Amino acid sequence: MKADIILSGVGGQGILSIAAVIGEAALKEGLHMKQAEVHGMSQRGGDVQSNLRISDKPIASDLIPKGKADLIISLEPMESLRYLPYLKEDGWLVTNARPFINIPNYPEIETVNKELEKLPNKVVLDVEAIAKELGSIRAANIVMLGAATPFLGIEYDKIEDGIRRIFGRKGEEIVNMNLEALKAGYEVANKIHKS
Amino acid sequence: MEKRLFLGDEAVAQAAIDAGLSGVYAYPGTPSTEITEYIQNSPIAQERGIHSRWSTNEKTALETALGMSYAGKRALCCMKHVGLNVAADCFMNAAMSGINGGLIILTADDPSMHSSQNEQDNRFYGNFAMLPMLEPSNQQEAYDMIYDGFELSEKLGYPILFRVTTRMAHSRAGVVTRPMKEENKMNCPEDGRQRFILLPALARKRFKTLLAAQEGFVAASEASSYNKYFDAPDKKLGIITTGIAFNYLSENYPDGFDHPVLKITQYPLPRTLITKLVEACDELLILEEGFPFVEEQLKGYLGTGLKIHGRLDGTLPRDGELTPDSVAQALGKEVKSFYTVPPVVEQRPPALCQGCAHRDMYDALNDVLKEYDGSKVFGDIGCYTLGALPPFRAIDSCIDMGASITMAKGASDAGVHPAIAVIGDSTFTHSGMTGLLDCVNENSPVTIVISDNETTAMTGGQDSAGTGKIQSICLGIGVDPAHIHTIVPVKKNYEEMKNIIREEINYKGLSVLITCRECVQTLTRKKKSAKQ
Repeated sequence: MKADIILSGVGGQGILSIAAVIGEAALKEGLHMKQAEVHGMSQRGGDVQSNLRISDKPIASDLIPKGKADLIISLEPMESLRYLPYLKEDGWLVTNARPFINIPNYPEIETVNKELEKLPNKVVLDVEAIAKELGSIRAANIVMLGAATPFLGIEYDKIEDGIRRIFGRKGEEIVNMNLEALKAGYEVANKIHKS
Repeated sequence: MEKRLFLGDEAVAQAAIDAGLSGVYAYPGTPSTEITEYIQNSPIAQERGIHSRWSTNEKTALETALGMSYAGKRALCCMKHVGLNVAADCFMNAAMSGINGGLIILTADDPSMHSSQNEQDNRFYGNFAMLPMLEPSNQQEAYDMIYDGFELSEKLGYPILFRVTTRMAHSRAGVVTRPMKEENKMNCPEDGRQRFILLPALARKRFKTLLAAQEGFVAASEASSYNKYFDAPDKKLGIITTGIAFNYLSENYPDGFDHPVLKITQYPLPRTLITKLVEACDELLILEEGFPFVEEQLKGYLGTGLKIHGRLDGTLPRDGELTPDSVAQALGKEVKSFYTVPPVVEQRPPALCQGCAHRDMYDALNDVLKEYDGSKVFGDIGCYTLGALPPFRAIDSCIDMGASITMAKGASDAGVHPAIAVIGDSTFTHSGMTGLLDCVNENSPVTIVISDNETTAMTGGQDSAGTGKIQSICLGIGVDPAHIHTIVPVKKNYEEMKNIIREEINYKGLSVLITCRECVQTLTRKKKSAKQ
C-alpha cells in the first residue's frame, strides 16, 4: 500500500496533531513513513503544510511529487485549494468548511465553495460544529482525522489505537472524547465515500 | 536495535547522546533548533549531566564547544547556516588548531529561505577551512554519521562540518538506534600549546600540518561507505548527487537507476570515484541541495572539459531547494498536475500573534513617527521583523543579527534623523551589545527600542540569555541612566510610551527604550503546564 497525504491549514491550527496520530498508527503497522513539516516563521498564522508519506516499501523523497498525492486533508477551505497541483486525478480532498480569516483580502466563501464543488472527490464538513456538538471544540482536529480515515489505507481500529496511545496519558475521558470525535468525522466521510 | 520516529534534527541529537556526547552548544535558529531542544528534554542526557543550555550566540557556542573538545570530551555545536557567519572566526581557526575530543559543527542550511535571509551553502565554508564534511541523505544516515562522526573527528584530529538542510532536518522518518557509548574522560592535550596558541610562528606550522592532512581527509572520503557508486547500463549520462538530492533521484527511478550514479555524502570529494564515473560516462548531471558546489569544482572556470549539467547551465533552477519535480524535469521526465490553484486563493503571510507586545510597540512608534519627516527604522531578526508587513509597515531594514543598532548609527552619522533601531532581547544579547557600545562612545543621536518579550520567540520560545538583565546591561555598557526607560507595552501605557519616544527622538544623544512584556506564546504555554 501507499498513501501520499498533504495536510494543510493555517499556522497554529494543529495539522501536526493529525499527522502524529496517523504516523503512530502507520509505525505500529510496520509501515515506512516520512513526514516533512514546516517550522519557523510560517507558523505565525501563515499558510502551513505537511507532506505525510506512508508505504509498505521504503520511501525515497520527503516531498510528494506533483500530481501524486492520494489525499489532501485541510483544516481550512481556501488552504485546501492551494495544494491542488499535487493531487492525483482520482485523489480525495477532505477539508474543513469553516474559513479561518486572518487576512484582509480573504475571498468570499461562496467563491471558495464553488471551487471545491468542481472537484470530483471531496468531503467538506464543518469540523468545529461537529466537535462543538460533541461537547469539545478542541477535538475538531480529530473529527477531521475521522473524516480522512476512509482514504488512508489504514484500518479504522488501528487509528483508534493510535488515539489511545497518543492521548492515553491525558486520561480515559480525553481518550473517549477523541474516539467519539473520530467516529463522528468518519461517519460523515464514509457516507460520501460510499455513495 | 530499536526503531523510532525522529525528525532529522532529533536523529542527530539522539545519535550525539548515544555517541558519548558531553555537551551541546548552540543558539536557536531554524532549522537547527530542535537538536538542542531534544537534548535538553532527554532524560538520559539529564541523568548524564550533558551540557545543553543555550549559548548567547553561535560564536560563544563554538568557542565553548572547542574548549570542551580541548579538555578531551565530545562536543556538538549546532547552528543555522547564517550562524556560521557569526562563528566563522573560531571556525576558521579551529581548523588550524585541530581538536582533542571529537568535535562536530552542525550547520542547518535553509535553501528556499523558509525562515532565513539568504540561502548560503556552508559547504563553501568547509572547503574554505579545508575541513572534512558530512552531508547525510536521510534521517538514518544522519543518525549513523553523527554516531560515527565523533570518532572520525578524533581519528583525523580535526573538527567535522556536518551539513543538513531544511527538508531533512524537519522531516520525520523511522530511525534504528545503536548502543549508547561512554563519555570520554577529561584529558587535556599534551601538545596543547603547540596546537592551540596560534601565534604566527606556530600558526605557520599548524597551516602546513593542515595542508598535509588533506590527503588523509580525501582518503577517508574514498573509504567512506556513505560515498557510493551505483552502476547502470546507460552510460550516456552519469549522475552525481549530494545530500538529500539522492532521494529525489531515487523517487524518479522506483525500479532502479538507468544511469550510473555517484552518491556523495562525505567531503572532500572522493577523487577515485569521481574519476571512475567521468571515465565511464559521456556527460554528467549534478544534483545538489544548495549552491552548485560540486558542479563548479568539476566544471572549472573555463568549462571546456566534459559536458556538465546542473544548476549552472539551467538544467536545474539556480536558486531554491530541489524537489522531486525539478529533478524529474532535469531528467527529462514528465511532471503532470491534474488540477491548478484556483485564482481565488490568496497569499497568507505570517503575522504577529494577536496580543503580541511587538504590536503595541509598533503602534506607538508608528504614531510618533507620523510627526517627523525622514525617519528611518532599522529592524532586526526575530518575530518583530514581521513589523515590515501590513498593517504596520514599520521597518526599513532587516539584514543580520544586531544590524539594527549599528545601521541606525551609521545612518545617523550620515545625517538621518530620527534614526531608530528596533531589536529583540535575544538578538540584542546575541549581537547588539557591541554595537551599543559604539553608540555610547560617540553618544550617537540614535533611539534604540529593545522589544523585550523575555524569550527567543521566532524559533519557538527558547530561553533568552538576557532575561531580567537588559536594563543593567545597557547601564553597564554606559548608556546615560537618564535616557534608559522601561515600560510595559499595553494600551493604557500608549500615551506614556509615545511621550518617551518623542522626547528621546528630540534628545540629541543616545537613548534606549525597553518595552518589556512576555511573549503571549510562552505565557500561554506556562499557564497550560501550570494547570497540569
